[in-house]
Parts: sequence; structure tokens; C-alpha cells
Amino acid sequence: MTLRGGRRTFAAAVALALVVAGGLAWSLWPSEPRVRGQDVAVSVMDGPAGDQRVTLDATFFPPASGGKAPAVLLAHGFGGSKDDLRDEAARLAGRGYAVLTWSARGFGRSTGEIALNSPDYEVKDVRALVDWLARRPDVRLDASGDPRVGIAGGSYGGAIALMAAAYDDRIDAIVPQITWYDLADALFPESTGQGPEHGVFKKMWAGLFFSAGGSALSGAAAGGPAALAGGAPGSTRPNADQGAGGSTDTSTGTSTGTADGPAKDGKTGDGTGGKMGGGTGDGSGTSGRAQCGRFRPEICDMYLTVAETGRATPEAVKLLRASSPVSVPGRIRIPTLLIQGQRDSLFPLAHADANARAIAATGAPVEMAWISGGHDGGGSEADDEWVEERTAAWLDRWLKDSPVPGVRAGRTSAGVEGFTVSRDGGRDPGTRRSVVVHAAAPSYAGLAGASRTEVPIAGPVQPIANPPGGSPASVSVVPGLSSLLGGASASAGVSVDIPGQAAVFESAPLTKPVHVTGSPSVKIKVYGTGEVTLFAKLYDASGGRLAVLPSSLVSPLRVTASESGAETTVTLPAIDRRFDAGHRLRLVVATTDMGYATPSAPAAYRVGLAGGAVSLPVDASLVTPATGPAWWTWAAPLAAIVVAAGLLLAGRRRTVPDGGGEPDGVPLRITGLTKRYRNGEKAVDGLSFHVEKGQVLGLLGPNGAGKTTTMRMMMGLIHPDEGEIRIFGRRVVPGAPVLSRLGSFVEGPGFLPHLTGRANLELYWQATGRPAEDAHMEEALEIAGLGAALERAVRTYSQGMRQRLAIAQAMLGLPDLLVLDEPTNGLDPPQIAEMRAVLKAYAEGGRTVIVSSHLLGEVEQTCTHVVVMRRGRLVFQGPVGDLLATRSPSGGPGPRLEDVFLDLIGESR
Amino acid sequence: MSVNGAPVPASGTRAAGVRTAAGGGTARGYAPGRTLPLRVEFVRQFRRRRTMAMFGLLLALPWVLVVAFQFGPAPGRGGGGLRISDLATQGGLNFAAFVLSVSASFLLAVAVALFCGDTVASEASWSSLRYLLAAPVPRDRLLRQKLIVAMAYSATAVTVLPLMALLAGTVAFGWHDIQVPGTGETIPAADVLPRFAVVVGYALVSQLVVASLAFLLSVGTDSPLGAVGGAVGLVIVSTILQAVEALGSVREFLPTFWNTAWLDALSPDPDYSGMIKGVAVSVTYAVILVAFAFRRFRAKDVVS
Repeated sequence: MTLRGGRRTFAAAVALALVVAGGLAWSLWPSEPRVRGQDVAVSVMDGPAGDQRVTLDATFFPPASGGKAPAVLLAHGFGGSKDDLRDEAARLAGRGYAVLTWSARGFGRSTGEIALNSPDYEVKDVRALVDWLARRPDVRLDASGDPRVGIAGGSYGGAIALMAAAYDDRIDAIVPQITWYDLADALFPESTGQGPEHGVFKKMWAGLFFSAGGSALSGAAAGGPAALAGGAPGSTRPNADQGAGGSTDTSTGTSTGTADGPAKDGKTGDGTGGKMGGGTGDGSGTSGRAQCGRFRPEICDMYLTVAETGRATPEAVKLLRASSPVSVPGRIRIPTLLIQGQRDSLFPLAHADANARAIAATGAPVEMAWISGGHDGGGSEADDEWVEERTAAWLDRWLKDSPVPGVRAGRTSAGVEGFTVSRDGGRDPGTRRSVVVHAAAPSYAGLAGASRTEVPIAGPVQPIANPPGGSPASVSVVPGLSSLLGGASASAGVSVDIPGQAAVFESAPLTKPVHVTGSPSVKIKVYGTGEVTLFAKLYDASGGRLAVLPSSLVSPLRVTASESGAETTVTLPAIDRRFDAGHRLRLVVATTDMGYATPSAPAAYRVGLAGGAVSLPVDASLVTPATGPAWWTWAAPLAAIVVAAGLLLAGRRRTVPDGGGEPDGVPLRITGLTKRYRNGEKAVDGLSFHVEKGQVLGLLGPNGAGKTTTMRMMMGLIHPDEGEIRIFGRRVVPGAPVLSRLGSFVEGPGFLPHLTGRANLELYWQATGRPAEDAHMEEALEIAGLGAALERAVRTYSQGMRQRLAIAQAMLGLPDLLVLDEPTNGLDPPQIAEMRAVLKAYAEGGRTVIVSSHLLGEVEQTCTHVVVMRRGRLVFQGPVGDLLATRSPSGGPGPRLEDVFLDLIGESR
Repeated sequence: MSVNGAPVPASGTRAAGVRTAAGGGTARGYAPGRTLPLRVEFVRQFRRRRTMAMFGLLLALPWVLVVAFQFGPAPGRGGGGLRISDLATQGGLNFAAFVLSVSASFLLAVAVALFCGDTVASEASWSSLRYLLAAPVPRDRLLRQKLIVAMAYSATAVTVLPLMALLAGTVAFGWHDIQVPGTGETIPAADVLPRFAVVVGYALVSQLVVASLAFLLSVGTDSPLGAVGGAVGLVIVSTILQAVEALGSVREFLPTFWNTAWLDALSPDPDYSGMIKGVAVSVTYAVILVAFAFRRFRAKDVVS
């Protein structure tokens, strides 16, 4: 059994391993063949006059479904290239789209200079790409030259989606992500509504932004096209600019100073990098241009000016707005899904809000989603997947399913329809990683919220100082830092305020939680003289831990202070955050912030509150989908109980538990008993005999004759294949109550080795559940004759001692039928003699003893009757005397049992 | 045999004769429902060395950890480290949570596997199983009583460890409010004590899979080590598999996937959804495995 059990365990282990391996293979196996993109070079004429030739490096992914499919243009982020989008493009192609990705001019292997999504340059490039798509045989057309096409992209790529939609009526749907509405406002924000001309320069972001595009100078010298060939940026996220990561090493490869004029060597259909490596330049070389990298000179000049002064000139604002949706009001009239990051100090939620309002005003369908990440990182992977899925679903809806592009049947309102916010859903209990839940509302209420809650805050008028040189500065968020640290640490952003530079106002602990969705606002008064640059931020403060600055966002503002106090309303950054009960709102007004350019002249002002309350926007219609227990949490246990019941009921043997039959006086009757081994060989074969009361029956046979198997069947331990055993008329089945009249000792003793001999017998008797006085314990112990050893643990016993204890256990309760298997094994001759006497005496009172043995002398001297077995079959049954008589040779000295026995079992000499 | 063995059975003869006439199909006083009382099975198991050793280990472990923390360098104050191990010395409750977190995944699983995997297999290896069955203890009843006792020992093991940790931690570090890992927020001790009971209860339920698998293996083999090792092996394989993220949500149905979900009960906003899933998975596996154990034991030929 040990062997068989071991084999079964092994088989189970192998089965488990196979299941595991299968599961792994199933989940890791590439589910579908990869869609392969075809690299193409598209030659484009752009510029204000349409006379400048650039070659765009693009990749076309034909639709996996074949036939004519809607097309999608996927645009990359700033500092990236088309390579970032390969995976997403392949997945979209697999979904049945013709997908075109391209490196924007000035990036990757495309020629030309960066014009920041200018209508004269990048937008014209996209028009040319749409023309190109219209000529593809596998792109579905709405009209001749008008393909069914959508654009999706993040950041820089999101802006081109918006700008292209404004300038090209053939675009049918767009999904701009984490992008701008007004680039001037993004770089020169101001929170009291005075516009970018009075804005505070976002110097760190601006620096990263321009260096990402201008870094080609060093890259060109070192790398060239070869460096690019193997250098696909690691991130596959479409919604993050490479520039956001401070990845200034994104060597763009081609030489700088590519000339304004048409590139003479650009030819259609020739997109190899080698052609671009030696980009000619007829206008390069001025010292100012050396800092411009691949930027258009007018962009470069603008940046050099504003970065020096920290002030937006009207020309700069005009130039930046030309590349911004703010310059094209009412011209984006197609279905738009706006996805903006909550942790985004470069293009905060307010930009998406402005885009949404502008587009919805034209009557076009617009939906809004605020995701967990943004340019400051900290987004969850689950959100990335969600964004891709939402993007694809939006394209499906407006490109595939819509019969007429851009029109929604039954549209009634002009508002923004769907609104989704990614919120922290705690941690996944299994992986311990953070989980995002998506709260949804049927309509988007805007940054002002569906309703507003006033929370009183208080604090005295406090003097604050601007340090000389603007340093040390408060820290809210360090652009690019999150990406450098791998993004994970960004969620625990550190906010530092310098004492003496910040005024603090606090609310009382909140009596009930407030979920803020939108831009809170507060009125403050600034006392002093001259123009004051301030930064307002709203912390979530609770006892026992650092106050949290939601999304690490601050609102910069400029006020012209007066001694009597200049009152101004500050729009605080748009956030989605739950302020728990017991927490305080803490308004901090600081003079410095590391991310912004602040005045270097030392100054001192006083800041106080005007109004004494923070106005919080609330949107109660945002509902998190009920995350109640999954259906299987109740279904699985119920199903398990049903399965278990089925297992138990189906496994029930169809035998009467009591074995049935009328009780009679025959202690043991065996009829037609057969038991096969697993290999089919019969251990007991058609055995029939019976035993009368008062007999001492010897069960005789050589090893392997089936004696022990028969005894096991008598005890109900193994199931007979055929035939039956009846004890006192009752059929023996496992656990049959009649077994209580059977005492047995089969194949060696079985005791708990850690218990004493006495404890073993006592516990055994207690396990039978019968009254203690019926045990005849002392008589049994006397038979065992163990003396003082009874109080020792059984593990210390010799073989003979265990044997005697086991026989005593069999005799406990003086059973009417006693079955002993080789009882004299391991006993010494005096003990054997005594044993014989005991057994004979036991049977004299009308009880029955069955003794198995292969020792002839044993049987001859102890038994009255004998059953001889050979290979599972009965060969003789009767009194011992009869056995001798039948084989008595005439005239001999009398038969020897040994001869008779050997004769019977067929091994006579 | 005793020297005067012969007269002994003779004296019993008369009694036996009387009983046989009256008893019919069963011996006097025998009733299947009274066989193998729980008390007897408890005593049979209790005096075993492995029982004593396991409880000794579980009771000593918190004190060993207390000593270890006393020797170790004091955790730096104000450092970013707010892991559960960094907070272990904050108070008795924190210490108990720490002890549970380090032992739930393996030590308690081994203890449970030991009590449940050894129970039938060891009887088979001692050959005492056949005498119990021939007593006769009906098979279903024998399995039921053994399962109850093994589960009771397992439950005691799972309960006794956090309770002793609570005692040791309180003695060593005082009775303080619990400080939450990660955020460092504190929850009043009075609030967290009932949740602590939930945690211990959940730890119990989450070990049901190990218990029932060990029990099924115990019924199938006569090698106690095989049964215990098999169940522990399942824990190891399952823990490895749940680290394979490619398996996605399939991992939710791994028996050990939710074993740490009880941490959610100790956060400022207790979230029981993971624990509910864990209970569902655990109960599902346990019910089916135990049913298999009974089915198998009924039809089994006991040959050991």
C-alpha cells in the first residue's frame, strides 16, 4: 500500500505540474500573431507657403481584419517618436483599424524642425498623412479623398489631434490625452484670471520641454542615425512625453540646423535614416541657433527671450496660442474624448476643462476622463490599460459603428456628456498593489462642480518674505523627478514650505467628509506695495502624519498689493480628493515655488483672508461602480457544497448498513468469497466454510494462501469482490455493528507508541463506546502478563510484549468470536504453551476462536477444526482428526500432519 | 501469558453466554454513535510529541521575536520606513500583527498541515487504524471525529500564536494604539481589538484549504510525512504561482492568494472585500477536498 499510495501521490503531483504548466503556457503564449507594420516615408510640403519639403518617417499597420477599415493616426509625445507607439498600434490594428504612426517633424527620423504643432507645419503634415491614407486601398473612405479617420495621442500628440481636427474637416473623432488648451497659459499660469501676460513662468517645465527638443546638438555629434536605430525609448506609454522624464539624452540623431529651405535630398518612399544623417543646412551657424536644437528659429527666439525675463511677451503669447486650441474656437466639431491626468503640473485639469467646454459648445459629443497619472507620473498600470481600452471604445463608437461620422442620434444638450474620474481604490488584497476605481457621472459639471460647499478657515494676517534671489524655495513638485525615480515614489510627493515664506490658514476638523471634484477657490488679501508673486495651495492635514498636498499642485498668482489690502479671488488647482472627517483644510500662501520663476528682489508682505471660507466644488453624481463581492464569492461555496453532496451521495455503497440477515448462532459463515488484487490475480477465490460455536478453528495455509486477506474481510477492512461473510448471521460490511462481537488481532499489533500499554487498552475500549465494566480489563491485562511494563510507553516494548498486549486488546470485552493471526509469532516456548491453554479455555464456554497459522504443530495441538487454504481456495475443512484420517496410509505408523499438509497444498515430496 | 491464565476466560464464560443470548447482532452496550468520543481522540492526540513541540514552538516564537527586537538596533525614527516590521515595536497590537504577518504564510500553514495531515495517516502507519475500524468505529464517524479534533488543534494553533504575541508584545512594548503600516496613521486600540478578532478568524478560515488538502492526503496515504509535505508543497507552489503576474485574475483562485487580505482589516478604512473573496475561495476548496476525503475513505481497502 505504501508503494501504491506513493505512486498515487506521485501521479497527483505530475497531474498538478501538468495543470500548472498548461496554465502558464496558456497565459504566456502569444494569443495572436503580431501585426507587422510597414515603414514608409511620406514626403510632405509644408510651411506657410507650402513650399518646404520634409520627410516624415511613418509606420503603417494594415488592419488585421482585412478589407477596408477605418484609419487611426497615433501621435507620440514630445521627445518621443513613432517607435513608442508600436505596441498600441499593433493592438489597434488587431482590433480592425488601419493604423498610421509617424514621428513628428523634428523628432525621430523625420526631418524638419519642431514648430510646436503649428498650423503651418505639423498640422499640414497631418493633412498630408490623411491624404496618404485616402490613397490606401485598405482604408475606408467617407468620400473621395476623405478617409474615415481618427487621431489619438498624448501630450504633444494630443495637441496635434486637436489642432488637426480644427484645420482638417476629414478627421472624424479624436482622443487627445494630457494635453493643452492654451500653451501660453500652461507655461505662464495665473490663478486670478489675468491671463498669461501676467503669468508666472513655469521655468522648470519650460526648461525640460525645450531641452527635450533642443538636445540634438550633442546627439548629432555623437550619434547620428546609427545611435537612433537601436534606441527606441523604453516607455510604451502613449500618454507621457519623453520630455517629461527629463530624458534629455533622447538624441534625435540628425544634424542640427536643418535648413529652412526644402531639403534637397528628401524623396518620397525613401525613409532610411542614412539619407537624413547628413541633413544639409544652409542657415545654421549663428551662435543663438546653437541653443535651438531642432526648434524652428522663431520658437527658439521666443523661448530665449521669455526664459531670460521670466515674462511672457505679447508676441510669445501669440506664437504659443497659434499652436493651441484656444486659437481655433468653434472649429473642433467632432466627437472628442478628453483624457487628462490628475497629477499633472504641466497641463493641469483646467486645460482639458477648457477644451471640453469649447468643443461641446459646437454641439459635438464630448466626454471627459480624469486619470490617475499625468506628466508628474504616479499613474497606475491599470489606468494605462483603461485609457487604451476607452480610447479604442471611443474610436469603435465613432469610426466603426457610426453610419455618419460625427453625428449622434437624438442628441439634446450641448454639454459634456460622460465624466469619469480615476480614484484610489485601496490595495489589491492579493498583490498589495494600489487599485484604481473609475467613478462615473452621466454629465461633466466642470471645475466649478455641480454644487459648492463652503468650509470656514481662519488665521491671522501673517507677514511673509520673499527671499533674496528667490531661494530657498518651497517645493511642491519637481517636474521630471517622478520619471527619474521610476514613477513609483511620485505618489508620496514631498511638499516643503519654508518657514517665514508661507502664511498658513486652517479650518476646524471636518465634521463630515467632503469629496472635492474641481477647483476650490478662496479670497485672500495681500498687504504691502508693488507686484507680488504668490503661490496658493490647499493641503489635506490630519493629525499624526504629514499634510498631503493633493496631486502636488499649486496655483501661482500675481497681485498688486496695497497697504489697505488688495483683495483677490484665487482659483486653486483642480483636484479630485476626499477630505476625510476629522481632517483639516490647510491653505498655504507662499512666496516661492521651486518650479516657477520668482522675483529675486527681497521683499516682505502680509497675507490675510478675505471672506474666511474656502469654497469647495462637489459633484455628488460621480458614482463609483459598486465593488460588492464578485458573484463567485457566494456562488463558488454554494457550488462546492452541491458538488460535495454529489460526491458523498454518489459514493455511497448500496448495501444495507447492518448487513441484513437474521441473527443466528453460526459465528462465522463464509460463502463464495472472492477478492482480486489490483492486477486481477485472485487472493481469495470462491472461499466457503463455516465455523460452529465452541470450535477452535485453525486456518492453515502457506504464505500467500489468502489467510490474512480473508481475516481482513472478516473485520470489514477490505471489500470483497464477490461473496459474503456473515458473523452470527449478520453480513459484514465496513463498520457493521456485529463487528462489536468480534475480537481481532491481524498482521501485527497496532498501538499508539507514545502512550503506555494500559492507556492504549483503556483508550481503545473507550473508543468502542461500550461500558467500562464490560471490558474485563484486569482479566485481559492478566493474559498480557506485562506487569510493571504496562505503565511504560509502548515504543519501549519488545516485539513479544507488543504481541501479548495486542492479543489482550483482542480479548477486551470477551468477544464471542476471536480472530487471531499468527498469535504465537515472537513468543517463547513457555508462552506458546500458555497461549494454547488460554485459547482452548476461551472456546470451551461456547465462544469461538479462529487462529491462522502456517505452523502445523501449532494447529494440531490447539485446534479442534481446521480449514486448509491454498492460493485463495479451500482445500479442506473439518476436524483435525478427519484430516489425519482421510490421508491415513494403510499399515503405516500413523499419518504425520506435515505430510498431509504438504500433500494437500501440492508440494508433497 | 499469565501463569494462571486458564481460569481467567473461564470465569468470563458465563457472562459471555448470557450476553450472547440477549445481544443478537451487537455486543451489549455497543452503539455506533458512541464510538470514538471526541474526548478520547483529543487525549490520543494530545500526548504526542509533535503536538507538544508544535505548541511549544508557537508559544515561544513571540518571545523569541521580542528578544530579537531587543537586541536589534532601534528602528530609526522619522525614517521613511513604515513597513509592518518597522512598526512591530510600537506596541502589543502592532507586534501581534507583525507576528501574524510573518507566520501566517508558512509557519501556521505547516502547523495546520501537521495536525490535519498526520491524523489518519499516522494511525495507518501505527496499524492502529484497523483495530479502530474493527472495533467497529464506522468509517464516516471515524473521519468526522478525527477531522473535528484535527481542526480544533489547528484552530488552537492559529489562535494561540497571535494571542501569545499580543501578550508578549504588550509586556515588552506596552499597550498602545495600533500604527498602520504605510501611512503611519494610528487607530485606537479599543477600535482595533474587535477587528483583531476578525483577523484571527480570517487567518483560521484561510488555512482551511491547507487543512482539508492535508486531510485528504492523510486519508489516502499511510505516510504522515507525505500528507503534511504534500499540503505544505501546495502552499509553496501556490505562493510561487501567485507571483506570476502573467496569470492575471486567474491568480484570484489560487488557494493562498488572499492569505494576506487580513491586512486590510487593520487599515484606517477597513476593507473586507478581499477577505470575503478569500473566505469564498477557502471554503470552496475545503468543502470539495473534505468531500473527496470522505468519499475516498468509504471505499478504501484498509490494508496497512
